[in-house]
Amino acid sequence: MTFIRYFIITLMLLGAALPAHAQLADTELAALVDALAPGSFKDREAAIGNLVASGDQRAVPVLETLLEGELYFDEASGKVVFTSAPSGKGAIADPITGADLPDLAEGGLEKVKVNNNLRRVLRTAIGQMTLLSPIRDMRLSAAQSILRDADPAQLDLLDTALAAEADPAIGRVMDQARAVIMLKSPDASVEDKAAAVPVVQAIGGRDALNTLTAALATAPAEIQPAINQAIEGLARDRAAWDVAQNVWFGISLGSVLLLAAIGLAITFGVMGVINMAHGEMVMLGAYTTFVVQEIIRQNYPGLFDWSLAIALPLAFLVTGLVGVAIERGIIRFLYGRPLETLLATWGLSLIIQQAVQRIFTANIREVGNPSWMSGSFELGGLAITWNRFYIVIFAALVFAALLLVLKYTAIGLHMRAVTQNRRMASAMGIRTPLVDAMTFGLGSGIAGLAGVALSQIGNVSPNLGQGYIIDSFMVVVFGGVGNLWGTFVGALTLGIANKFIEPYAGAVLGKIIILVLIILFIQRRPRGLFALKGRSVEA
Amino acid sequence: MTGVNRAIAGLGLGVAMTTGAVAVPAFAQDETIKVGVLHSLSGTMAISETTLKDTMLFLIDEQNKKGGLLGKQLEAVVVDPASDWPLFAEKARELIEVNGVAAVFGCWTSSSRKSVLPVFEELNSILFYPVQYEGEESQRNVFYTGAAPNQQAIPAVDYLMENAGVERWVLAGTDYVYPQTTNKILEQYLLDHGVAAEDIMINYTPFGHSDWQTIVSDIKAFGSTGKMTAVISTINGDANVPFYKELANQGIKAEDIPVIAFSVGEEELAGFDTTPLVGHLAAWNYFQSVDTPENEAFIAAWQAFMGNPDKVTNDPMEATVIGFNLWVQAVEKAGTTDTDAVLDAIIGLQTPNLTGGMATMLPNHHITKPVLIGEIQADGQFEVVSESDLVPGDAWSDFLPESKLIEADWTAPIACGNYNTETKMCGGSEVAAAQ
Amino acid sequence: MITQALFRALDRKAIWLVAILLLVAIAVPASNLLLPDGNPLRLPNYAVPLFGKYLTYAMLALALDLVWGYCGILSLGHGAFFAIGGYAMGMYLMRQIGTRGVYANPTLPDFMVFLNWKELPWYWLGMDNFWFAMVMVVLVPGLLAFVFGFLAFRSRVTGVYLSIITQAMTYALLLAFFRNDMGFGGNNGLTDFKDILGQSISAPATRAALFAASAIALALAVLACSLIVNSKLGKVMVAVRDAESRTRFLGYRVEYVKLFAFVVSAIIAGIAGALYVPQVGIINPSEFEPANSIEVVIWTAVGGRGTIIGPIIGGILVNVGKSYFTGAFPEYWLFALGALFVVTTLFLPKGIVGLIGQYRAATTRREQHAPTPRTVDAEPQPRPAE
Repeated sequence: MTFIRYFIITLMLLGAALPAHAQLADTELAALVDALAPGSFKDREAAIGNLVASGDQRAVPVLETLLEGELYFDEASGKVVFTSAPSGKGAIADPITGADLPDLAEGGLEKVKVNNNLRRVLRTAIGQMTLLSPIRDMRLSAAQSILRDADPAQLDLLDTALAAEADPAIGRVMDQARAVIMLKSPDASVEDKAAAVPVVQAIGGRDALNTLTAALATAPAEIQPAINQAIEGLARDRAAWDVAQNVWFGISLGSVLLLAAIGLAITFGVMGVINMAHGEMVMLGAYTTFVVQEIIRQNYPGLFDWSLAIALPLAFLVTGLVGVAIERGIIRFLYGRPLETLLATWGLSLIIQQAVQRIFTANIREVGNPSWMSGSFELGGLAITWNRFYIVIFAALVFAALLLVLKYTAIGLHMRAVTQNRRMASAMGIRTPLVDAMTFGLGSGIAGLAGVALSQIGNVSPNLGQGYIIDSFMVVVFGGVGNLWGTFVGALTLGIANKFIEPYAGAVLGKIIILVLIILFIQRRPRGLFALKGRSVEA
Repeated sequence: MTGVNRAIAGLGLGVAMTTGAVAVPAFAQDETIKVGVLHSLSGTMAISETTLKDTMLFLIDEQNKKGGLLGKQLEAVVVDPASDWPLFAEKARELIEVNGVAAVFGCWTSSSRKSVLPVFEELNSILFYPVQYEGEESQRNVFYTGAAPNQQAIPAVDYLMENAGVERWVLAGTDYVYPQTTNKILEQYLLDHGVAAEDIMINYTPFGHSDWQTIVSDIKAFGSTGKMTAVISTINGDANVPFYKELANQGIKAEDIPVIAFSVGEEELAGFDTTPLVGHLAAWNYFQSVDTPENEAFIAAWQAFMGNPDKVTNDPMEATVIGFNLWVQAVEKAGTTDTDAVLDAIIGLQTPNLTGGMATMLPNHHITKPVLIGEIQADGQFEVVSESDLVPGDAWSDFLPESKLIEADWTAPIACGNYNTETKMCGGSEVAAAQ
Repeated sequence: MITQALFRALDRKAIWLVAILLLVAIAVPASNLLLPDGNPLRLPNYAVPLFGKYLTYAMLALALDLVWGYCGILSLGHGAFFAIGGYAMGMYLMRQIGTRGVYANPTLPDFMVFLNWKELPWYWLGMDNFWFAMVMVVLVPGLLAFVFGFLAFRSRVTGVYLSIITQAMTYALLLAFFRNDMGFGGNNGLTDFKDILGQSISAPATRAALFAASAIALALAVLACSLIVNSKLGKVMVAVRDAESRTRFLGYRVEYVKLFAFVVSAIIAGIAGALYVPQVGIINPSEFEPANSIEVVIWTAVGGRGTIIGPIIGGILVNVGKSYFTGAFPEYWLFALGALFVVTTLFLPKGIVGLIGQYRAATTRREQHAPTPRTVDAEPQPRPAE
């Protein structure tokens, strides 16, 4: 592996020495491209090396397509081709000239296989071929790829590119790459190394820290103090960012707990119904998302990024209606017997699980992330994934909306009235049965919304709800039954506490510690964090 | 049988229900050979096990189309042990004693297998166990058609060492016996191969763990030292989806930190979009994408049986197929379904596996398997990047100090599952057998 | 309201129940062991440990009923006491394997050997002695219940708060016992037992003896529970259930009453667990699952809480149903089970026993309207369906 890599790099250096835009005859290049198809991965690696050595920019799209795993070849002729649509579908074209190849059929195509090694080689190869590209974005990503690999053998190429680079942003990345290479390279002069230290430190983050730590061992004695100092500074920053990162993880976990628990805070906290089928409402919400996405995938693939926006109201509606049906069909006969709601809803949860399993099978179902929820972004030293980010925001929105509904709408007023004193509310002319049904429907609907969000981070299977139900109850009880703010604070506290314990105790022990802490906490405050005051407490 | 039932029916309502119902199929006892299917159809393991139940129904259907076995039709007796380990033992007993099945195909988790072992030993019946497991076991009445650690874990590590130049290792697993044992074996193996202790990170998570933020970011940090790092994942079933989603979103690419999994197959991949995960690996003994005529025919027949052209196949299914075919052969060779005769007949039998090789039943009740390493593709399938020769399954790992000396051989003259090559003695089972 | 008269009725029922259980303790083993194979009255071998299992479940439900039905404490963590009792028995059984383990290690159980443990953890010491293990079966669940209950009842944790922290307790124990580092065999738990008191655990005679022991233990538990609930303390328990504050204002130390009920209940649950393990042949952390504890609540409710016989009927009936449905309708049995729970809560708020009570009340009423009242004979005596 290392030998081959070295071989390629040597070839590439030769390539770099060539005029920047060397161009071969079409047939020559075609022969080089076609060489990608046959043989083993090792042969393909060599073929890539040859393409790089040619320095022909027209090879770049070929390599990029290969990196994506979308490069095909005709089995009969061995000719490498492009296809207009993914997975080898659509019109077939010549990879170099772009001309249509109507003689070839889709059925005769075979994928040019890539593996991890090849992908690494390709990434490096593309980086090196495009470092001198006239297109800015290509040069930038090439420079970043060089920075990531930081191979001392690429120094000459980098220097050539650096001299020619006019864009300051790309120039900075190249400078950083050069500094990292300097620190790594055993041949670099002491001055070069000394100059590199502050540049690397300025990159910041864990990578810079690791580069410097690795460089420390081989560095000449005179610059070691400078490196040490840089390491200390970086480590201090890192420690601070790590705390911030943990807080973020905690908030993110807390928001998931909040979403799962907030519906329960209504049905359990406000109405006093121990709704063991709450988790199943979350699960139904997730399956609604699945169904919406399936329909979109099959009929309107262009709408996929909107699938969650479509699924949200539907999930709310579906689970809300199921909730109303449960309330009207079962729960309303059980008011005043809260513990028995536990039994009935437990039975119900078994039935719903089994029904979902019958309809959708027991297999895990795929719910995709829309593109705007994939990947991550950096915020200072924090790495924040988009899906978690949106879930935090979504949880906050749902919570705020719920507070507003309870505080400023008529139905909210009625709900609060019924909770605080059912008989008095009824005497004042509030139709308590209707309010009960609406409240239960609202709680279930919110569970459905949670299901849409949770389908983005977890798996969608009939057991989905079971995983959240116990945690949800813990959150509601910890925060104080009947208090939405209690649920909010409870969820975030448990989330953050969990994330701070986890690194020291591990995930399993961390969870045990949290549970024990909850038990002890309830001893101190037998009515949770935010206990309701007043007469209604003494049931 | 029916007389007994009637008598018991007098004892109480519920009891009559238990035995009365099973007596109905008992009338057909003579015309058919019964095969027990012991897979969870509800509860946490239903996700994985339901498919194996369907596989058994499919195989039995196919066999009956071919004229059955010994001139009789096969009949599947399906029960639901509901992911409840003691219930596995109870249902196993019911299958053997009440339904009189000739053999049982079933179990997924090690706990369920451990739970039924004493039942099969006591009632002298046969269990085919189709899932990769931690080894350290060889029982007279059980055939292990899934991979032992030397048929999955160790070749996977070898592959990463040789082909990807991995020097730093994260062993991440769910906290239960299979990952613990596998990681113990791997840790020893890595240390033996000169990996420094600080280059190994071991991490355990609870079942169904769903919040992977911290662990994935730890892995990312651990892998950013410049040394090539790989993750060996023994994370169990349904915790995998959130794990991979977090991997994808935190941008851990297979080229930088490859993750090789031992419990992620086609079924699990069907649960999420694999595009960001292309290149991560899995080690199995079978992949659906393997291009052989046997496999193609099997997949076509299976999808037709299920009436679903998108139905995937996976490794435990292949292990079920091999186990079933070996059992059929053994019964034909013995001319009877009698347990002792079948146990004798089956050793050394061969059946083609679906990847173009032969599966041989070894005297230690494990089989020979090729080890395949596959990379995840964007379509949720695996691309085979490495295929080994047939590896015989080793019940007792050579990398654990206590089991190094132990061998299993169920043929004469040793005939025991834990023969100590040093003391030339069998462990517990000899004493137990003597009683 | 439960009246004095009902107490007396319960008392009579309890005596009947004990008598029936003792009869069963003799009849079942006798039918299995003495009658020849093929005799229509002979109980098949598989049935004996199965019925024994139902009896231990019934005992667990009875234990829960003592705290829930009589004292108003809804524990969602009673499975934990059952499992701990089971683990104590399991540890004894593991130590009996001795050199017959696969690694032939005389002291260490197999799972410790292959995880490279060098010596027995301290809490395994002494567990090779049957009587010591039996003391632990009683002591450990009792002690856990004492500490937990002392803390919870002293700070007046009640209602759902108490239910949820009992659930947290069993959940925490579940996670703890999953950990291999705990030294309890991790997820696989303890299994592959060979002997109990020198007798092979799979021998029909041992099975029959274990069944008899279960029936007798259940009879003793019935006796103990009925003595407790019919005593003055039992009446205070009911008072606590119905109006806790009022009872406190009357001068009773409510927390001690609750603590007493909780500890006794945990001990009964622990003994049930200890009898359960040798009959099913395995104990593992799944017994700690919160769902299991909720199921126990459901058995009790189905049978009828606040009665002695109710939980026993419920525990046996639901589990017989489960055994039957998982075999007969493997794909649909959860529908049946789920529907059973919904229907019971909706239409049988007092459980099956309540239904019988209603029926009797109805007949009594009719007879009261009749011109010449007769004494009530042919009283529908609920028989335990073992």
